[in-house]
Amino acid sequence: MVSYILKRLLIFVPTLFIIITASFFLMRMAPGSPFDGERAISEEIRANILKSYDLDKPMFQQYTNYLFNVIRGDFGPSLKIKDFTVSELIYKSAPTSLTLGFLAMFIAVLLGVFLGSISALHQNSKMDYSIMSFAMVGIVIPNYAIAPILTLIFGIYLAILPVGGWYGVSYMILPTIALSLPYIAYIARITRGSMLDVLSTNFIRTAYAKGLSERKILFKHALKPAILPVVSYLGPSIAGIMTGSVVIESIFDIPGLGRYFIQGSLNRDYPLVMGLVIFYAFIIITMNLIVDILYAYLDPKVKLDK
Amino acid sequence: MMFNKEKINDLSLDKLQISSSIYRDALIRFKRHKMAMTSLLILGLVILLAMIEPWFSPYAYDYVDWNVAFPSAPSISQGHIFGTDSNGRDLFVRLMMGVRISIIIGLLASMVSLTIGVLWGSISGYLGGKTDLIMMRIIDILYAVPFMFLIIILVVVFGKNIYLIFISIGAISWLTMARIVRGQTISIKNKEYIEAAKSYSLPTHLIISRHVIPNLLSTVIIYLTLTIPQVILVESFISFLGLGVQEPNTSLGVLIAEGSRVIEDYPWMFFAPFVFLATILFCFNFIGDGIRDALDQTNK
Repeated sequence: MVSYILKRLLIFVPTLFIIITASFFLMRMAPGSPFDGERAISEEIRANILKSYDLDKPMFQQYTNYLFNVIRGDFGPSLKIKDFTVSELIYKSAPTSLTLGFLAMFIAVLLGVFLGSISALHQNSKMDYSIMSFAMVGIVIPNYAIAPILTLIFGIYLAILPVGGWYGVSYMILPTIALSLPYIAYIARITRGSMLDVLSTNFIRTAYAKGLSERKILFKHALKPAILPVVSYLGPSIAGIMTGSVVIESIFDIPGLGRYFIQGSLNRDYPLVMGLVIFYAFIIITMNLIVDILYAYLDPKVKLDK
Repeated sequence: MMFNKEKINDLSLDKLQISSSIYRDALIRFKRHKMAMTSLLILGLVILLAMIEPWFSPYAYDYVDWNVAFPSAPSISQGHIFGTDSNGRDLFVRLMMGVRISIIIGLLASMVSLTIGVLWGSISGYLGGKTDLIMMRIIDILYAVPFMFLIIILVVVFGKNIYLIFISIGAISWLTMARIVRGQTISIKNKEYIEAAKSYSLPTHLIISRHVIPNLLSTVIIYLTLTIPQVILVESFISFLGLGVQEPNTSLGVLIAEGSRVIEDYPWMFFAPFVFLATILFCFNFIGDGIRDALDQTNK
């Protein structure tokens, strides 16, 4: 178990290092300077600006400086949003994005496992078919195409939910649903498959033979092995939810990281985009690590091997 | 069937012909798959329509019709069957352009991912040992990189260039392909025909290219049908953010983004591209299911 965690940690560090290095050199390779404006500026002012952004030093020194600053959590100043450092912007907007992300994740697992189990228990019934058709739609159609339809139905025709902003619980409902929909669908499908496998095993038959109640069999015996494939799917789904949240935030006008990310990408605000990429990557990789450890904890086979 | 002389000759057929009969059987099974055949038909029609549209349509994709409202609702009498967009351009013509771009990106980026994935996976799996370990460790690390963000960095740095989008999407989606191909390679590398090739002291690169890769074909085809819709999704995601295909060109992602902003007042601008994107994605998925069922005999 310990060696397993160490092994995962060993991947964690180089991954983050590669991301920081790759994004740093890509940004420096960009043609043109961020200070190429309409008006020509004098050489002295230019030199001062370059100095204040640490751009007058040799490339390698800039890189090592940046690396050390990033480790300390300092991503430098934003080029376009004046008077703010990238860290301040991240610090200000991260709670909103993370709340949305975790809510979506939670709903996805809860509803996904629930719907998938129902489907498996009523295999080939009307219920099963309708849940699986819903899952098909959720998987195939991207959430940024479903989100506008949700706003049209619930926000405009029925007028029961707000469609923009982030001021309270009612503002969280539509974005959370839109963001979690594809993952509810995937998790429902995965749970159905694994639940069907588990329900046909000998130990479940034994449990029935002992005369245990259906509820007890489901919750005490079937759920844990059936949920393992879902746990291993959590890693990729976290990355997907973090990425998807960029679009969902822009559709629902939520003041999170996504807004700065899009703004920064369109304005070529390099330090901001880099800082956000590194931050997102850090969250995704950390969550992956936690999921891996959780998997090792839940799966008896991993424990025996290591 | 009669066991005549012809049939006996059949037994001495070389590998290629036997495998071609495997694909013939698969084709027969695929044709029986109603959902997949219907999807193939619909997808074919959509693609055909998108390809021939420039020849029969009276408008160019960037032609502004000053005679109608900006935007105008779908109407046959005005000559805009899907209406026009906020700049007074015919929506049907722009939709067809979007379909063309989405399909082309889907196919080209999938080809890039196929090439890298098959080469990487088969070399890693066939050579084994330290090479395999290092190549797979690289994949493990790359897997943890949130690639959507790296594509966006690439787009930010190098400008919004459509070829760059092809290549970067292809270059990130080969990881799973490489893993699957590696697994398959390991399972066939101890087969007799590989032993035979080795006993002729055939060079390794020829064993891989002539004997390993052709026998991976069914696995690769199955995964390819999953890659194409994924790639189309990635493209429309980037275009939705305004970082992909640029005006006056368009793609389904751009059209959906434009439509989603005005869905309340001009719903056709959203629902027309939505229906096309959904149709294309559903068709690819069902065709993929059909091919999987046809090629994968483990379920039979």
